[in-house]
Amino acid sequence: MDIRAQVSMVFHLDKCIGCHTCSVACKNIWTDRKGTEYMWWNNVETKPGTGYPTLWEDQEKYKGGWQKDSYGKLQLRLHSRLKGMANLFFNPFLPTIDDYYEPWTYDYENLFNAPEGDDQPTARAVSMITGKPMDSIEAGPNWDDDLGGSPVYARNDTNLDELTEDEREQLNELERVVFFYLPRICNHCLNPGCVAACPQGAIYKRGEDGIVLISQEKCRAWRMCISGCPYKKTYYNWSSGKSEKCILCFPRLESGQPPACFHSCVGRIRYLGVLLYDADKIEQCASVPDDQLVEAQRNMIMDPFDPAVISAAKANGISDAMITSAQNSPVYKFVMKWRIALPLHSEFRTLPMLFYVPPMLPVLAKTRDGTYDVAGLENENLGAMLSSLEKARMPIKYMARMFAAGNVGEVEDVYRKLIAVRIFKRAQKVKDYGQAEVDSALAQGKTNAEEVEAIFRLTALPTYEERFVVPPLGRESAVEAWEDPLDHKREAGFGNLVQITRRRF
Amino acid sequence: MFDTALLIGFPYVATAVAIAATTYRWVFDPYSYSSQSSQFLENRALFFGSVPWHYGILTILLAHIVALSFPGTWGLFTADQNRLYVLEITGLSLALMTTAGLTILIVRRIFNVRARAVTTALDWILLVFLLLQVALGFWVAYYYRWGSDWFLHTAAPWLISLAKFRPDITSVSALPFWVKFHFINGFVIVLLLPFTRLVHLLAYPFSYFWRQHQIVIWNRARGQRRVS
Ligand code: SF4
Ligand code: SF4
Repeated sequence: MDIRAQVSMVFHLDKCIGCHTCSVACKNIWTDRKGTEYMWWNNVETKPGTGYPTLWEDQEKYKGGWQKDSYGKLQLRLHSRLKGMANLFFNPFLPTIDDYYEPWTYDYENLFNAPEGDDQPTARAVSMITGKPMDSIEAGPNWDDDLGGSPVYARNDTNLDELTEDEREQLNELERVVFFYLPRICNHCLNPGCVAACPQGAIYKRGEDGIVLISQEKCRAWRMCISGCPYKKTYYNWSSGKSEKCILCFPRLESGQPPACFHSCVGRIRYLGVLLYDADKIEQCASVPDDQLVEAQRNMIMDPFDPAVISAAKANGISDAMITSAQNSPVYKFVMKWRIALPLHSEFRTLPMLFYVPPMLPVLAKTRDGTYDVAGLENENLGAMLSSLEKARMPIKYMARMFAAGNVGEVEDVYRKLIAVRIFKRAQKVKDYGQAEVDSALAQGKTNAEEVEAIFRLTALPTYEERFVVPPLGRESAVEAWEDPLDHKREAGFGNLVQITRRRF
Repeated sequence: MFDTALLIGFPYVATAVAIAATTYRWVFDPYSYSSQSSQFLENRALFFGSVPWHYGILTILLAHIVALSFPGTWGLFTADQNRLYVLEITGLSLALMTTAGLTILIVRRIFNVRARAVTTALDWILLVFLLLQVALGFWVAYYYRWGSDWFLHTAAPWLISLAKFRPDITSVSALPFWVKFHFINGFVIVLLLPFTRLVHLLAYPFSYFWRQHQIVIWNRARGQRRVS
């Protein structure tokens, strides 16, 4: 048992209102520099949709993440070592700026300085790369925002591949158009594709908290991480010639504050907590068949109350504060205790540590001749909400493809529990469900009144302290206890100027 | 006199400056070591330029180095006329490939607005000298045939004498102007190396062949627990 701590995340998608406050908070702190204008370390995309960068989920196109070779061994989809070295001069799978968008500003000065004339002066769009005027803007940040049902964006979502032609068509009917928001940041994976793909070894995972960082001093612009990350969460700074990625606001975490996107989230959808996991299981868990991936990942996460786990954690140098945090972790509750948060696209096999509670919306139901199709439900003694799962507007197969590598059963379990919570609380407050319906909902959701109350509490009414349970990481004091901190100035930043200890996996 | 300055003085100065500056940059400014790839901004022309250029120039460079390091073996190899033919033809086609690749890269940087936006003055200087060097190399290979053989009795002794700090230019002093130009321009590039993005040549990440896929860095040795 090799117990390590990971600062992990849960995003509750039912609560996301798509306001992009998170993206703006991140942009203002980290990516308002030259070369980073196009980067959104945190982005919020509309699903179904093609996302950012366009079609990032299509690994035939981008070759991100891992796959199993013919011997069942885990291999980067991008390259073998030899091929990686041979492709240094040209990476055939690199997205280009056009797959994101060309950043621009406006020539505002013209509004003030234009000579007098018959027309109003205009502010033309000017490329922030070339400085030249742009005649047409083809794409921009959140270009497909809210465009559920649109032919260019929503219909080309790769997750729709599983659906039948008929189901796809129905999604585009006006009454049935449906979409939800998917906020994305780096998943700080346990088996990161970005780290493995970097020929230089410039990317690393911090042992103490699991944050994945790119050393700016070691990066040589070989740009393999951009392809290697299946979530397209490393970005190339075209100006500095270095790759950059979400740093989970580690300077904030070190002083006990949650990352800016978490802190500013208007919907309060974000939870941050510590998970203890067994690093010995990484390779094995990343190699199981697709439909077992979610369960395998749960198997890696260890019970923070188990004395054997605690002593193994201590032996590995994990601090008491970290262990206590792991015991109070909201992430542990969502992922392990209640099992209602799932990793995004676990079939990429990077073991992402950001989990999503899938969205319930829209609860009801396919329409038939313009009315909701809830016929026959009364007989089954099921509320419309509960039974609508099979008839959900957004087919469950779509959700399964996103959140459970195609395993419909996993997603159904989650939904049945979420529905149970709704019915239970509704019966309590609105009193329009009978006890029989509530009991049947609880039974189907494999849950009980106590658990439902707890889920409700952490979903709807959590305080700041309940949402963010991470101790100040105190990087500086970690050094201080053993060595003179002044000797190590500049080491805890973007990269380690001098390596203190480099441990290999 | 002129020859002495350019074929003894200049190579020493260029090499010394290159070593000192590269080391300085490596120690004090590792951040600046980058290939500054522009593939993200333009990748179609880059493919047709970068691939032939890099593979061509690396093979040629390697051949130069091998020949210099093992002149005896190289001599035995070129002694057979058939082998010499093959070598010359390979060399010529590589030189052609390299020149063509580099030309595409230069044209790309001139005409593609995005690529031009990330090109610095030093990049232009470097590109000019590189083009000059491969063009000269091609010229010499074409006009003064069998260079892979005569080089052993001219350039090799001179370079080896430089390396042994017993400089002797007798073997090269009688060579034609273009050949000497190729030599000297070679050292111009050595001189440019630490000051341009060419340093990425020294950063080729060989360790990828053997390193573990995943890298985890601990603040301190594991097991040393912080009490808090
Ligand atoms: S999500 Fe983050 S940690 Fe995972 S592969 Fe991508 S960049 Fe690396
Ligand atoms: S700030 Fe929160 S609610 Fe708003 S888009 Fe971001 S994740 Fe969603």
